[in-house]
Amino acid sequence: MKAWLPALLRLAVLALLVTFITSPNWFEPLLKPLTENGAPAIYNQGSLLTLTLQHLSTVLIATVAATIVAVALAILVTRPAGAEFLPLSRSLVNIGQTFPPVAVLALAVPAVGFGEKPTLIALFLYGLLPIFENALTALTTLPGNVMEAARGAGMTGWQRLTKVELPLSAPVILGGIRLSVVIGLATATIGSTVAAKTLGEVIIAGLISNNLAFVLQGGLIVAALAVLIYDGLSAIERYAARRMGQGAE
Amino acid sequence: MTLRFDKLGVVIAAIVAYAAFLAPFATFRANRIVPGQARSILESLPPTLGMLLLAIAIAAAIVALLRTPLALRLAASVVALVALTILIGVAGGFLTPAGNAFARVAPASGFWLLIFAFTLLLADVLTRLNLSPWARVGVLVLAALAIAALLVSGNWDSLSILKEYASRADSFWAEASKHVTLALGSLAGAVIVGIPLGILCHRVEKLRAGVLNVLNIIQTIPSIALFGLLIAPLGWVALHVPGAAAIGIRGIGIAPAFVALFLYSLLPVVANTVVGLAGVPRAANDAARGMGMTDRQRLFDVEFPLAFPVILTGIRIVLVQNIGLATIAALIGGGGFGVFVFQGVGQTAMDLVLLGALPTVALAFAAAIILDAVIEMTATKRRVVETA
Repeated sequence: MKAWLPALLRLAVLALLVTFITSPNWFEPLLKPLTENGAPAIYNQGSLLTLTLQHLSTVLIATVAATIVAVALAILVTRPAGAEFLPLSRSLVNIGQTFPPVAVLALAVPAVGFGEKPTLIALFLYGLLPIFENALTALTTLPGNVMEAARGAGMTGWQRLTKVELPLSAPVILGGIRLSVVIGLATATIGSTVAAKTLGEVIIAGLISNNLAFVLQGGLIVAALAVLIYDGLSAIERYAARRMGQGAE
Repeated sequence: MTLRFDKLGVVIAAIVAYAAFLAPFATFRANRIVPGQARSILESLPPTLGMLLLAIAIAAAIVALLRTPLALRLAASVVALVALTILIGVAGGFLTPAGNAFARVAPASGFWLLIFAFTLLLADVLTRLNLSPWARVGVLVLAALAIAALLVSGNWDSLSILKEYASRADSFWAEASKHVTLALGSLAGAVIVGIPLGILCHRVEKLRAGVLNVLNIIQTIPSIALFGLLIAPLGWVALHVPGAAAIGIRGIGIAPAFVALFLYSLLPVVANTVVGLAGVPRAANDAARGMGMTDRQRLFDVEFPLAFPVILTGIRIVLVQNIGLATIAALIGGGGFGVFVFQGVGQTAMDLVLLGALPTVALAFAAAIILDAVIEMTATKRRVVETA
């Protein structure tokens, strides 16, 4: 009986989110008490819908690029030809994760200028690491008997990769993608400090003009997006894991 | 004799070739915000030193390219890195016209790529040497001492980053101490609250999902928003709770930053405490119960020591994450190295950005190495205890 409750809650959050970004003025009375001196309660220097879509597209582009590169690299270092790079790539991932996102963002500015580009670079670099790490873990811990069976069945290296290794690794790789999307959604807000068009613009406008309503709406939209996307990807991950579990039986 | 190539060496040699001959080694600017002019290695250094640096870079690249013994590779990478770091300082003095206080010389892409290539070589050697935890901390200390020696010697004083530092030396150390206080203080708070909370969640199953879900949701709120949202409640506390303002609680500044970092830190600490305690072997618990240990004894003498490495891993995540996030505190007046980063972004003065970003990266990096070494030491101790 309780099983449908979380699903219903998520649906409610989604409905609320969509209503808010499409017609934010309905919520003005709710946010008005948070403003001072008659400041606007709803962000008025751009449409929330456009900003949300730009925020999402920035994260999407960076994540897709990061996924392609990270999975390709993980495949490369787990093949015999690239095995030499495996220990080094592990330590590089460890080192890379200590770089704070703000530093990556700020350091990308001199190379590519202000705007979307430094944000995309920071999101891409920061998104690489969790995906690479998970893909590496998945590809190096495949069950030995399955790999033996695939080899015994006369599959070529390419067939083993596309028909056995990647499908079996999919749930863990998806877990890495989920992590990197959630980090990306939050990091993209910081991108607004270097003039990227994301929801961070709303929050920063609020911080500058001391308008709590702006900070709250920007923050809540990003948080709701993150929770919903996190849940959605977790569901896909469980589905993939279940399919793999059934496939192995 | 047949020559055999090292695969990583091919990559390193390619980077070195591009960085040494095609990319600019240093940038010269007439003042701190105008666009710079590129200078190659031979243009940035007196002829003999320029040739020497090129020779060292080429020799080290050849050592990397061929299959050579580890000791030789180690020596090559260290010599190349030392030469680069010393000579970039020389280039600063060489390129700055005498008596000109406005001109700025900054390391350019070629320098950074050479540093990257030889660090890669060094990292590869260190990974292959499979150093013990103590040795890794030792390497870190050596590197820190070398950098400190270069800073103290004044060799780098003619570089733009240190010129930015020179005009802000006092505020640099004030922001540095704020940054460290924020990162370590919020970590201490999270450990004091998070570990008991984790133990409670482990013992009381009903609490577990609820607490972890709430902490998970807090993590999804973007940091700049959380910092901003705490301004109002803390401002209210400062006004209405007697004594709160006296101990420094205010709506803006360090207090909301501290609380936000504390909230972000709770999840990894609580979650890892729960995971660590759940991973304690049932046999160990049964044995402890059989010996007649009380619940409290069991917790402190059996469960907690066994779960400690996992809890430490959580603390490592928090510390590295906090050192990075503390930069954002600058946006709400909380201070820290972020002050320089955001000032620099605002003035498009990239040297100022580096003045904030480089110490942050160095701090996070050092924290990660030290805590990784500590985790490995406690984990091996545990294994010894288990097999004994």
